[in-house]
Amino acid sequence: MTGSRETVLASVRRALGVTSREAPRRQEVADRLKGHPAGVIPARGQLPPSERIALFKDMVLAAAASLDHLPSMDEVPGAIAAYLRARNLPSSLLRGTDPRLADLPWHKEPQLDVWIGASDGHQLVGLSHAFAGIAESGTVVLLSGQDNPTTLNFLPDHHLVVVDAREVDGDYETVWTRIRARFGEGALPRAVNWVTGPSRSADIEQTLLLGAHGPRSLHILLVGTAD
Amino acid sequence: MTSSSAPSSSPSHRPPRVGLFCTCLVDTIRPSVGFAAAKLLAEAGCEVDVPRQTCCGQPAFNSGDRATARVFAEQTIAAFESFDYVVAPSGSCAGMMKAHYPELFAGEPDAMIRAERFCAKVFELVSFLVDVLGVTRVCARYDGVVTYHDSCSGLRELKVRDQPRALLASVEGLTLNEMADADTCCGFGGTFCVKYPAISDAIVGKKASNIAASGADTLVAGDLGCLMNMAGKLQREGQDIAVRHVAEVLAGMGDQPAIGVARKG
Amino acid sequence: MTVAITSPHLKENAAEALKDAQLQEALAKVGPGFIGKRRAAADKMPEFEALRDSARDIKTHTLAHLDLYLEQFEEKVRAAGGHVHFAVDAADARAIITDICKRLGARTVTKGKSMISEEIGLNDHLEAQGILPVETDLGEYLIQIRHETPSHIIAPAIHLNKRQVEADFRRVHTDLPADRDLTEPTALLAEARGELRQKFLMADVGITGANFLIAETGTSVLVTNEGNGDLTQTLPKAHIVLASLEKLVPTLEDATQLLRVLARSATGQDMSVYTSFSTGPRRADDPDGPGEYHVVLLDNGRSAMLQGDLREMLRCIRCGACMNHCPVYHAIGGHAYGWVYPGPMGAVLTPSLIGVEKGANLPNASTFCGRCEEVCPVRIPLPKLMRHWREKEFERHLTPAPQRYGLKVWGFLATRGWLYRPATRLAMKALALLGGTRGRFSSLPLAGGWTRYRDFPAPEGDTFQAQWRARKASNRSTAA
Repeated sequence: MTGSRETVLASVRRALGVTSREAPRRQEVADRLKGHPAGVIPARGQLPPSERIALFKDMVLAAAASLDHLPSMDEVPGAIAAYLRARNLPSSLLRGTDPRLADLPWHKEPQLDVWIGASDGHQLVGLSHAFAGIAESGTVVLLSGQDNPTTLNFLPDHHLVVVDAREVDGDYETVWTRIRARFGEGALPRAVNWVTGPSRSADIEQTLLLGAHGPRSLHILLVGTAD
Repeated sequence: MTSSSAPSSSPSHRPPRVGLFCTCLVDTIRPSVGFAAAKLLAEAGCEVDVPRQTCCGQPAFNSGDRATARVFAEQTIAAFESFDYVVAPSGSCAGMMKAHYPELFAGEPDAMIRAERFCAKVFELVSFLVDVLGVTRVCARYDGVVTYHDSCSGLRELKVRDQPRALLASVEGLTLNEMADADTCCGFGGTFCVKYPAISDAIVGKKASNIAASGADTLVAGDLGCLMNMAGKLQREGQDIAVRHVAEVLAGMGDQPAIGVARKG
Repeated sequence: MTVAITSPHLKENAAEALKDAQLQEALAKVGPGFIGKRRAAADKMPEFEALRDSARDIKTHTLAHLDLYLEQFEEKVRAAGGHVHFAVDAADARAIITDICKRLGARTVTKGKSMISEEIGLNDHLEAQGILPVETDLGEYLIQIRHETPSHIIAPAIHLNKRQVEADFRRVHTDLPADRDLTEPTALLAEARGELRQKFLMADVGITGANFLIAETGTSVLVTNEGNGDLTQTLPKAHIVLASLEKLVPTLEDATQLLRVLARSATGQDMSVYTSFSTGPRRADDPDGPGEYHVVLLDNGRSAMLQGDLREMLRCIRCGACMNHCPVYHAIGGHAYGWVYPGPMGAVLTPSLIGVEKGANLPNASTFCGRCEEVCPVRIPLPKLMRHWREKEFERHLTPAPQRYGLKVWGFLATRGWLYRPATRLAMKALALLGGTRGRFSSLPLAGGWTRYRDFPAPEGDTFQAQWRARKASNRSTAA
């Protein structure tokens, strides 16, 4: 629709009284894109490591998610098994190829049936490894790809997310900086998902109910310490 | 009435000269509010006068008739600019003059400067007493339970909220009971209440319920338009709640008939 | 369902709404729910006001450079393997979307909540082309099965109660046992989840709106609490983002500033449950995600708004705070406004999009209480912009005759003090005499709009100005 494109852009330029060729305007835009200024960053998340972790935990719970804080990755399979038992769930889960999940001592929980791949909607439990946690709001950040397929974030009833305490940042901006460091300037993985608590809706009489279309439960497995 | 400090911005050696902008509604419907305002200002040490005036122009401005609004603005500025201060017992009219006059003179630099100089002198009565004159208490008595409605323009354009409550608290015999949603519009809205009477009625109906539920025997506010709207609704519903302008209560003039109530005898 | 414009009949719509007991019951919950939650969220964030300033400034900057950010966005979407389609108007956008769906042989389309989709009447159009649109946001689904339109921009079914929802589910979900228990809202939610899960998995195309479009990376940002938006944009063969021009922001950081004020202003959450940043289609080694990624950029009158005062309206991030705090919205609900966008933001936007001739009632039906501007996260001066439309209406002689003549007569009198002051003295003395014994009137000629619902106080007698001058004169003579 080249015609529409030109019509719309011409109309925008006309209303703004510009040609799009003005060097100072182009420079200003280029500078902003390159410099991506951070703006106002709330003090809430700007804490020393141990307090940051404490805030993250508080905020995760405030968002109606649940959380286990584990000393090391070795305890993750056991914690998963305990979670499933406590909720009378089958001992089965689906995960991606993330080496940090592959390397877990699954042998410690031989009854756990661990499947690998994306979800087709038939699995009750999905396991992901977060790229980051964000203390400011108790959010976990998940990146698309084979390691942690996006469908795992949304289709299973229970979403379990491993978060490395060293990767819990105070604010969103720190996470963008880390993402740029990994993927380059101006590039993102196909999906970056911020998840803050389990799915919910208040569309019936403004009564907040958990478990709308996404996971009914979000369980965070926070591992280690930030120091 | 006691002041914690002398008026800071008035020239020394003489009392501040205040032009009282009485507002159309006070002028026509309830002059006692004008006298209450004059009394409060005089007691706070001001020299008060009431120059010949009509309207601030807000009804025209809010109806989209800028040209007429501009005529009103010119007249009002001319009538009042010789005073040190322009004070109105209304957040709505004061808000119009203070927040909106300059934009009526857009593109006329000289008139704009004049309007801005005028704006700087404009104040709503109670906030003027407290914020400019430093009044902290009044010498008045009112035996009753009062609830205070925040009129919208005063609250949002001029930040009038704590000042009336502070002065009301100093009135002997007066108990202040806050109603729910005191800062929600009463549905008056100037011409709105006659253009969309059914919607306005629904809004003032909720307000009347909140007033009644507060347990107060008296409703006060700083704008006569809102007061007439709420008084009219309360009376139509048969509620026995006296409705008065805040200036009347602060000036110790709470013994005269409430709004919409006949004089005795 | 396409929205028929009934904005010129706002008064009649409002009268119906005020009589509707079920609606009034639902509306009574709007204020208490949203207002307190927003307040609490704002109070917990000391930087909230600074964030609002930041949000305003980002939008202002973007709009002033919109041509350049649109070009940058387009380039980045293309670089990520996606497609950008500019649409001049509703018909253009509908045609673009239908073409994509037809090329893919789409039969079912899942949809995330999108006000733009309502604006362009997409669902009716898709149905006419033999494509089944399924709304997946619970509120949107409820109104779709009732063939209604949203009554709120973030809570589309806020006008319904659970009894109505139960009745609709029994009517529509006929494959389920008739004796199932649907008394609790949790049962209703579970049923909707089950019904829609099938649709998510079978959909060929997913259409969502966007809360923001990021120029830096060519990314669409979608915010939901239910997760329906993510299932819509992740599972089908193609994801179509339908968004208007003003959704652009420069960078990831800019989007983040706006996200910090969006949920707080809307629902009082610090952050919505799902905030998803989508960039292009499925990549070579991705196990999931849509095979195609399209962004339809709709103008439909917005570029014209960039000129003049109305540009400020384009800062709007659709949080709904203005309507949540509006006494008029609380009284009449969203449908009474008569088109897609209700409340204060609708009162400004609607005349821009459908014309002041049809939309003039909306900016007039405001008390100018200013609460909308007070809570707007991007500080849009909504009363000022409503007044802008009243001025346009007045300039074009569209103001209703009684109001116009009333204003004229009053303006004529009141700008002539020598005439006005004696006239008001006379009138007030007469009224005082007439109403004096009771102190008020329960009916007055020419004031029927007032006295139909409330009493009107009798004036005290002479005007203040006359009394003041009389007292001054007598003081002077006493002194002399």
